[in-house]
Amino acid sequence: MSATREVVSTGNDLAAMAAVDAGCRFFGGYPLTPSSEVMHTISDLLPKVGGTAIQMEDEIAGVAAAIGAGMAGVRTLTATSGPGMSLKAENLGLAQMAEVPLVVVNVMRGGPSTGLPTRVAQGDVSQAKNPSHGDYKSITLCAGNLAECYTETVRAFNLADRFMQPVIVLLDETIGHMHGKAMIPTIEEVKEGIVPRKVFEGNPEDYKPYDAPQDQPAVLNPMFTGYRYHYTGLHHDADGFPTEEIETCRKLIDRLFRKVDDHKDEIESNEEYMLDDAEVLLIGYGSASLAIKEAVNLLREDGIKAGLFRPITLWPSPEERIFELGQKFDKVLVVELNQGQYLEEVQRCMGRRDINKLTKTNGRPFSPADIIEKVKEL
Amino acid sequence: MAFNYDKYLRTNKMPTLWCWGCGDGVILKAFIRAIDKLGWDKDDICVVSGIGCSGRFSSYVDFNTVHTTHGRTIAFATGIKLANPDKHVICVAGDGDGLAIGGNHTIHGCRRNIDMTLILINNFIYGLTNSQTSPTTPQGFWTVSQKVGNIDPTFDGCKLAEAAGASFVARELVAAPKKLEKVLVQAMEHKGFSYVEVLSNCHINLGRKNKMQSAMANLDWIDSISMSKKKWDNLPEEEKKNYLPTGILKQDTEAPEYCDMYKEVQKAQQGERGKLTQDDFAKKI
Repeated sequence: MSATREVVSTGNDLAAMAAVDAGCRFFGGYPLTPSSEVMHTISDLLPKVGGTAIQMEDEIAGVAAAIGAGMAGVRTLTATSGPGMSLKAENLGLAQMAEVPLVVVNVMRGGPSTGLPTRVAQGDVSQAKNPSHGDYKSITLCAGNLAECYTETVRAFNLADRFMQPVIVLLDETIGHMHGKAMIPTIEEVKEGIVPRKVFEGNPEDYKPYDAPQDQPAVLNPMFTGYRYHYTGLHHDADGFPTEEIETCRKLIDRLFRKVDDHKDEIESNEEYMLDDAEVLLIGYGSASLAIKEAVNLLREDGIKAGLFRPITLWPSPEERIFELGQKFDKVLVVELNQGQYLEEVQRCMGRRDINKLTKTNGRPFSPADIIEKVKEL
Repeated sequence: MAFNYDKYLRTNKMPTLWCWGCGDGVILKAFIRAIDKLGWDKDDICVVSGIGCSGRFSSYVDFNTVHTTHGRTIAFATGIKLANPDKHVICVAGDGDGLAIGGNHTIHGCRRNIDMTLILINNFIYGLTNSQTSPTTPQGFWTVSQKVGNIDPTFDGCKLAEAAGASFVARELVAAPKKLEKVLVQAMEHKGFSYVEVLSNCHINLGRKNKMQSAMANLDWIDSISMSKKKWDNLPEEEKKNYLPTGILKQDTEAPEYCDMYKEVQKAQQGERGKLTQDDFAKKI
């Protein structure tokens, strides 16, 4: 997407605007710092375009209502922070199992538990990989600047409809509450880029919503359009009805993985900053990457050639690219606002244990000085 | 001519997994006849259920159907209905589903007064999972989790629904399917949130260990603890707590319906009217 529209806004507001521009017409949520502004803003925007926003009685109901609207065929959003993600987890599992598209914005704050409600963290990265129990494949995007709060939310809606499952957009308190100028695409461009979910147009009697090729999602028609079928969180057959038949159960879970794994190229997104001639590889994402970029610039002034690799799609991880980078760089430093959640993924992808880490879990963002000091120690 | 249930059933899903003599089948039939009376198009109906024996209700009817997580029926239905205010949404939940794990959603579903119907099948026990105590299990009953007698106080779902703001509240028995059918028609016709509690038998997982091993014995017990609202109203105050009143217990046709109110929100946001103020509502506090 091109960046041709200048706006002055916050990350949370940009996520709400992006949802509406991307065709979202339902929001179900519950107040949760530091994500609440997403609900505040979308509650004004949706009724203007004939959509509906509702503050439900709790986090569980918020995501349930959103999934309900998704089942009915509407583009749908919920927003929360860590404690709310924990509560929403079971129903996100239903959306994975029944293949209901929706977007979940999680504006991360300090945890565990109530943690640091108004301060920044990146502690929900591991959770975003598997928020619910059971086997399935998550898609998680992570905005690294204000503009991406908009563009990644738009992308999330298209990915949700393409892969028929929840897509999580991780912001963090710093980016969600950051206020400033952002260059974003025009609404027309966003609208032109909308790829709606597939629908079956044949005879209703021939319709088998879950009878998809092993690498493709279910084709779920909107409700009330003459294609009556059944949603369930139980293992189900091609018609969507509960079954315990051994081969059907095996194939279902295999397909939930393969529909994502076989099409990672459609999901993967990374930024590489000053990597070509770099001698030190820094890896970071979200708001931490803003400090890392600044550190890279300042280190280069001191003659230290550092560069940044920033995954924008955190899950599924860009494992091939991370492996290649692991072959190229001796010195690798992962910088994140948790105790090393993505570090473990980098270690796995690189097949190396000698990765350096710079972590922080006191609710404060990184400053470039923190990073420069660490790089100089390597 | 006999009523043709097959028109509304997914006959290839028969037989149901409910036990022989279970009241759920009676409710299913009464519900189907009520839908037939209303003359609604099958494509315009969505049935949402939760977890438990009642949870399978949705899979047997040939409408748009959703089997959700435990207790969250009304929350899912809220999203479906608000996205399609002109369609018909019916929730089916059990006493554990709708009054224990999903109690919060029942309260707030009633409070919002969204135009949908909750059929709450109260069999006084967690039947599917082998006899654990539910919020409606009488004190002193054997349950698998309280084998020397349940000490947990019971509560009355209809009173809860009424207090929470449901604009239509009724209770019926599976032993009176014609009355049930009639009340279901009235509930589904009612504009607003309708709560219909149906007292049902679970002679397998409630009755067996509580001296009512047969469906008939279980139904007799239900009969002995319930009476029509008319009779109940005339009981001395101290006796009322021993009986559950049946029939329509509340009907408020004046209460504003949520989807209608939200249309006003849309108009206000689109500049077609001013902001909503307290004067727009009959009740000021």
